Amino acid sequence: MEKQIVGKAFVLGDNVDTDQIIPAEHLVYDMSDEKEARLYGKYALSSVPLEVSGLPQGGVPFVAQGEYASEFPIIVAGGNFGCGSSREHAPYALMKAGVKAVVAESYARIFYRNAVDGGFVAPIEAKEKINDGVKTGDELLVDLEKNVVENKTSGARWELRPLGDALPIIEAGGVFEYARASGMI
Amino acid sequence: MGKTITEKIFAKSSGNPDAAPGENVWLNVDTLMTHDVCGPPTIQIWKREFGEKAKIWDKEKLVIFPDHYIFTADKYANRNVEALRQFAKEHDFKNFYDVGTPRYKGVCHIALAEEGYNRPGTVLFGTDSHTCTSGAFGMFSTGVGNTDAAFILGTGKIWERVPESMKFTFDGELPPYLTAKDLILHILGEITTDGATYRAMEFDGDGVFSLDMYERMTLTNMAIEAGGMSGIIAADKVAEDYVKSRTDKPYEIFRSDDDAVYHSKYRFDASAIEPTVAKPHSPDNRDTARNVAGTRLTKCYIGSCTGGKITDFRFAAKILSGNKVAVPTFVVPASTEVARALEEETLGGKTLRQIFTDAGCEIAQSSCAACLGGPSDTVGRAVDRDVVISTTNRNFPGRMGSKQSEVYLASPLTVAASAVKGVIADPRDFIN
Repeated sequence: MEKQIVGKAFVLGDNVDTDQIIPAEHLVYDMSDEKEARLYGKYALSSVPLEVSGLPQGGVPFVAQGEYASEFPIIVAGGNFGCGSSREHAPYALMKAGVKAVVAESYARIFYRNAVDGGFVAPIEAKEKINDGVKTGDELLVDLEKNVVENKTSGARWELRPLGDALPIIEAGGVFEYARASGMI
Repeated sequence: MGKTITEKIFAKSSGNPDAAPGENVWLNVDTLMTHDVCGPPTIQIWKREFGEKAKIWDKEKLVIFPDHYIFTADKYANRNVEALRQFAKEHDFKNFYDVGTPRYKGVCHIALAEEGYNRPGTVLFGTDSHTCTSGAFGMFSTGVGNTDAAFILGTGKIWERVPESMKFTFDGELPPYLTAKDLILHILGEITTDGATYRAMEFDGDGVFSLDMYERMTLTNMAIEAGGMSGIIAADKVAEDYVKSRTDKPYEIFRSDDDAVYHSKYRFDASAIEPTVAKPHSPDNRDTARNVAGTRLTKCYIGSCTGGKITDFRFAAKILSGNKVAVPTFVVPASTEVARALEEETLGGKTLRQIFTDAGCEIAQSSCAACLGGPSDTVGRAVDRDVVISTTNRNFPGRMGSKQSEVYLASPLTVAASAVKGVIADPRDFIN
């Protein structure tokens, strides 16, 4: 995993639940079939109400019409990101859409575990609320060595919580890789 | 220093008597549950990671209930059920409750109880967020994703953080116009959708212990709506009697010590709570049924792991008996056992099923159905700008189908009262 993630931010509010991240009707595609699996990218964040999709102005689809990936590799959100169902398809869909990191104030437990153990996206926690200090399209630099996120467009900087015990699992590429490397399985 | 019931179960399952809240420990899993949505990808990951000769760690401890997308023409959904069928065949696996056979059960969380998989003191992981429901039996149960489930499928183990516990005590019995759903919606309004994130929600008090097992399951079921890792209620005689009637497998009863340490404690007088709703678009957007009475509806829905148990239909029948629904109303028994009970139990000389049919409800086959929207041909699915009142568990945008729809969550009494009036109504208009 890259320790420095650079790219355009897509900004969301609080309590973005898994039905908004990947609506339940799309949970049927075969993840081992690349042609079907890319549909998860196509429909990532497709149930976010349009007025709050891409804050602060809203009205920005995360994935453009006809595309299978997003132009935004970093998602910035408020509290309780990924609440709702246990569907692992949620962090998977974000990965398929090209997301490298989510920076939120806090996460729901199952989403956090799925993101880490599946090795899909890094669920990074900011020490404070940052989604009101970033505009969709701003260029961000997320630095996991220094544990800071920098808004290169506005110059603002925020501290991140260290990933702690989750970092070696993310670095290994998921819980299986981690368990194998550490001789557990 | 004393321990909570959850800490005691973690100590037993991890073999670490000192496991304290905040520590990550490896648990030995007693039961792994999956279904048609998350089962096939779990099996794919398990095969990829453990190779084509992958072994199920313990066939007796795995259980699979197809329940989510069952009665649909959707080819992908049907392919998922077929994948489970192949898996069961390949591995000569018995705990598979296949659609189209007499063994078909319906919604997994209710089926787990009915089929005797819920046993006090055990540890259950499931690929479904509402796996916390089983905590009503004095056990630890929680939801995980496919990768974690695949890890358990091959090893029987999983890491988990020992949760801090929050205690919710209800004093006094519930008045006849209240149900467990009102209590949990009340709590959600207090602590919000992330008020219990990473924590165990322990329910206590004579208000809780006066409830039967199905009503208790409504409380633990919605722990996840507060972000809770689990919900739990210590097993008493009511729980033991239920468990013994369903399985002869062993169980162990744990209780919280008097000096156990809690993150926080909440205490409520059950009789002071009013019929409660969660307004669109969040389960913590609490209000009273009385305050939103008169809101125009286009659909009513009684079903799901939260609100499709026999107790929910007994409540609904009290109000629907002798009345007609004013808007389309869907009755979806969570399990086939509940569906049979609708044909057997009577009220005023009529079966519950007859009462619902006479009231003009549409009765569907047992499955998760429109609780989570599902394929476009799912019965009861919210379309366009539907305004729905439902006994289900979530009302985030698009949860029941259309993202333009609005969903109110409420008790089966409130939903039935609203169905008769065609607008949101307080059940006290029907029940004193």
